[in-house]
Amino acid sequence: MCMTCGCGTSEVLIRGKQARKAAGADTPLHFRPHTAEVPGQDNEAKRIVKLEQDILAKNDGFADNNRRLFSANRILALNLVSSPGSGKTSILVRTLQTLKDDMPLAVIEGDQQTDNDAERIRATGVEAMQINTGKGCHLDAQMVERAVQQMTLPQHGMLFIENVGNLVCPAAFDLGEAAKVVVLSVTEGEDKPLKYPDMFRAAKLMLLNKCDLLPYLAFDVARAEEYARRVNPGIRIIRISATSGEGMPEWLDWLAVQHQAAA
Amino acid sequence: MHEMSLAESALDVIKDASGKQGFKRVKTVWLEIGKLSCVEKDAMRFCFDAVIKDSLAEGAKLEIVETEGQGRCTQCGNEMQIATLYEACSKCGSFGLQVIAGDAMRVKELEVE
Repeated sequence: MCMTCGCGTSEVLIRGKQARKAAGADTPLHFRPHTAEVPGQDNEAKRIVKLEQDILAKNDGFADNNRRLFSANRILALNLVSSPGSGKTSILVRTLQTLKDDMPLAVIEGDQQTDNDAERIRATGVEAMQINTGKGCHLDAQMVERAVQQMTLPQHGMLFIENVGNLVCPAAFDLGEAAKVVVLSVTEGEDKPLKYPDMFRAAKLMLLNKCDLLPYLAFDVARAEEYARRVNPGIRIIRISATSGEGMPEWLDWLAVQHQAAA
Repeated sequence: MHEMSLAESALDVIKDASGKQGFKRVKTVWLEIGKLSCVEKDAMRFCFDAVIKDSLAEGAKLEIVETEGQGRCTQCGNEMQIATLYEACSKCGSFGLQVIAGDAMRVKELEVE
């Protein structure tokens, strides 16, 4: 619940450490302004005001600030998106274990509730900031800005932003990342790129996860990849398994190239 | 339901404009929503009505102006009207059309007093 007015519509929490039980420790950060407007009582003549302003302009402004900050600190920032349960956190854990001795790393975890994912990340020894969006279905650039202000920046390293598991809403919100990475797992339908085209169009890379399970499934890999390329012909696709490690070298190579470009 | 965030953002645009353009009350809001944008019109109406309560736009009428999607083929340059992001070029059959219109979300204009 919001500490300012008691309303419950926006319950965003940002936590840098383990969930704390002390009173007031989880003070929600409220993303809605509390200025109360009282409708004017004047009788001015009606008039038309032309605006032509992008609805996302404010978010994009925060995203630009984030991008400048990442660039100034030579950080590769990636926004990981997928439906719930596709294996984003498992991929991240394996990736962090491999890279953590080579460069500074940090993770921002977005979930509606709990800091379970941040705990999984912290178990690798990498710093993780948990954003709980409350009822929110996606991260926005301002939430990321607030989280970044509370963490140690991984200068000359990588920042992974794991978005809320949702193939729809996060597509529209630029967080200031260098690229969106969409994860699709082979236990889902191969037509997801067509069902949720905005996300696959926005992504630079698609990780097709859980490939170790392919022998037990009727999932048509070629068709899934063809659908993704229909929506986004330039998308790079890597078949991967966070469990078996298949495809990890290719994914790490891709990361190295992106990191080189950011450094 | 990202339409709630988008409706809040639209209200922010209106609030910013009220200071700069000197109006206190909004009667009508025209939103341009491209058919290829990620906005569901009915959800936007619902959310807009929810966020304008107790604001300078309370009770304002929402007019949604839908714009058609336009794509250009990256292979042959053909330009055509499209309804989805995964259509093939109507001339050469290639996928991967570049969207040139119809993905915008804008506050176009306001009737104020």
